[in-house]
Amino acid sequence: MRRTVMSTASIALLLGAAACASKPKPAPVQETAPVAETTEPANTRTVVEEPTRVIDAGPAAGSIEDFTVNVGDRVYFDLDQYRLDSDDQDILQRQAAWLQSYPSVRILVAGNCDERGTREYNLALGERRASIVKDYLVSLGVDPARIETVSYGKERPLATASNEAAWALNRNGFTQILSGATS
Amino acid sequence: MLKRSIAALLTGLAVLLPAAQAQVTVNIAEGVLKPTPIAIPTFEATGDNVQLATDITAVVQNDLLSTGLFTITPQSAHIQRDLSINAQPRFADWKIIQTDALVVGEVDTVTVEGVEFIRASVRLWDVYGEEVMRLEGQAGRRFTAKPEDWRRIAHKIADSIYSRLTGEDPYFDSRIVYIAETGPKDARTKRLAIMDSDGANVKYLTSGTFTVLTPRFSPSNQQITYMSYENNRPRVYLFDIQNGRQEVLGNFQNMTFAPRFSRDGQSVLLTQANSGNSDIFIRDLVTQSTRRLTDHPAIDTSPSMSPDGRQIVFNSDRGGSPQLYIMNTDGSPLTCPSGGRDTACRITFGSGRYSTPVWSPRGDLIAFTKQAAGKFHIGVIGIDGEGERLLTESYLDEGPEWSPNGRVITFFRETSPGAGPKLWSVDLTGRNLRQIPTPTDASDPAWSPLLN
Repeated sequence: MRRTVMSTASIALLLGAAACASKPKPAPVQETAPVAETTEPANTRTVVEEPTRVIDAGPAAGSIEDFTVNVGDRVYFDLDQYRLDSDDQDILQRQAAWLQSYPSVRILVAGNCDERGTREYNLALGERRASIVKDYLVSLGVDPARIETVSYGKERPLATASNEAAWALNRNGFTQILSGATS
Repeated sequence: MLKRSIAALLTGLAVLLPAAQAQVTVNIAEGVLKPTPIAIPTFEATGDNVQLATDITAVVQNDLLSTGLFTITPQSAHIQRDLSINAQPRFADWKIIQTDALVVGEVDTVTVEGVEFIRASVRLWDVYGEEVMRLEGQAGRRFTAKPEDWRRIAHKIADSIYSRLTGEDPYFDSRIVYIAETGPKDARTKRLAIMDSDGANVKYLTSGTFTVLTPRFSPSNQQITYMSYENNRPRVYLFDIQNGRQEVLGNFQNMTFAPRFSRDGQSVLLTQANSGNSDIFIRDLVTQSTRRLTDHPAIDTSPSMSPDGRQIVFNSDRGGSPQLYIMNTDGSPLTCPSGGRDTACRITFGSGRYSTPVWSPRGDLIAFTKQAAGKFHIGVIGIDGEGERLLTESYLDEGPEWSPNGRVITFFRETSPGAGPKLWSVDLTGRNLRQIPTPTDASDPAWSPLLN
């Protein structure tokens, strides 16, 4: 059952990214309705299937994977922008809540830009993006001492293609866990 | 006579081009000019020096060809085959094959106190004027160097000829520092590399463990300043070419980037990002003191100083999009070309985004990267914001840097989406666009001063 929920969530995540190419938003992980049981008269069956125990494949609470999958580690910016829209704020609110739950976690927020700008200006723009993310997390109560920032400008693309969809993915603020997560 | 015609060719362009500048069009017209034919027969040599003479001659020819200002008369067409450095050529033999200038050279070796040196002598003849053209005031020139520096001898000979025929300062005997790139886009290895101005003698100065960016030469030729992500702390570094030593510049608390030496080499201009805001600073290398140059909530970066040291051009988005601004180095207000007095004057008003300004060594022009309508351009503009000219256009052209004589601009180009960057050069007129060969992908080129 747990596996079904996770895969449905993954599909929702993929659909969310595909439907919104100009500004990809990984959809928040959603609870879906349990798969309906088909009720059949037991006596019509010749082979009876026993339910097998589902091995819990979900990430351990407080792990890096938990953060990446269940919280979301990236916010995406519009072209040349460094503003956080409501989707970005949702993700960062989840990040802040998660960080409050695991107070020993330290993070690095990286600001990234697409390749359609010049190197030095992009370093400055990436710094702005990283700083905006940090400021928002701090405003939600995260201790600034737990947050480092770095700008990679256009040096660390997430998507390697050279098209609008890739550039949209590469304009991001990436929250990376440095230490303190459960393994 | 010959010199005047080539000088007219160069300045003639300056007169021709403004017609197009009002529309800010791309000047990559080709084939309009008639290059000057010049003969450079293989330099005379005997014994072991024959190959060396052949190699030196080829480098001289290649340097002059690379300017786009000359054609080299093919060796097979030469009539006179008994040239001597110490005899007047038979001018009729060279006129008949329509050669304007003739270079006669000789290579030999000399041993001084047991150490062998190579020596090259050269004379330049004006074929139609039937006279020797003096080089640096002399009837000819002779260069001596250690055998491993044979290419530098060739570059110096080419520089002498180029300067004599064009009236321009030399630039071939110089180097280019750049970033050598290898590996996939999402795990790129970037190394500091240095080579001769023609792409020969590539050497790698860093191992590639850390990403390095935007190297620039000091005016003394002894140091390079660049940005490195060493230990994931992006900072501006100094690299000493003599001993290979690197050090972080200053003790800045936050990311520093976009470094560039002042014209006297005593200071480095750079950008420091503090809580998301980038401002420009100047670090004095002698007194070890730092002074803030801009204090603005917008992004201020990519500073470049005028040759007289009095002004700085930089990139700022204080007007809403990245544009070029000029300020006084001492921070005092200045009268803007567009009117009014301010601490910084915007000089670009064309449609598009402007960045990476670099003040020309002659002082009158600023080279920049312009992004408009999905294309990138390298262009130049007067320091008063007048006379913008775009020299190139492609999918990505970025990071212009001037040759030491201010005639040529090098930059990097990605010809199409996904194509790796390569180094290119373009003449100030926008003609003569050429790729500079490198063993790997390459970006962020910067020219050294002329070598001694």
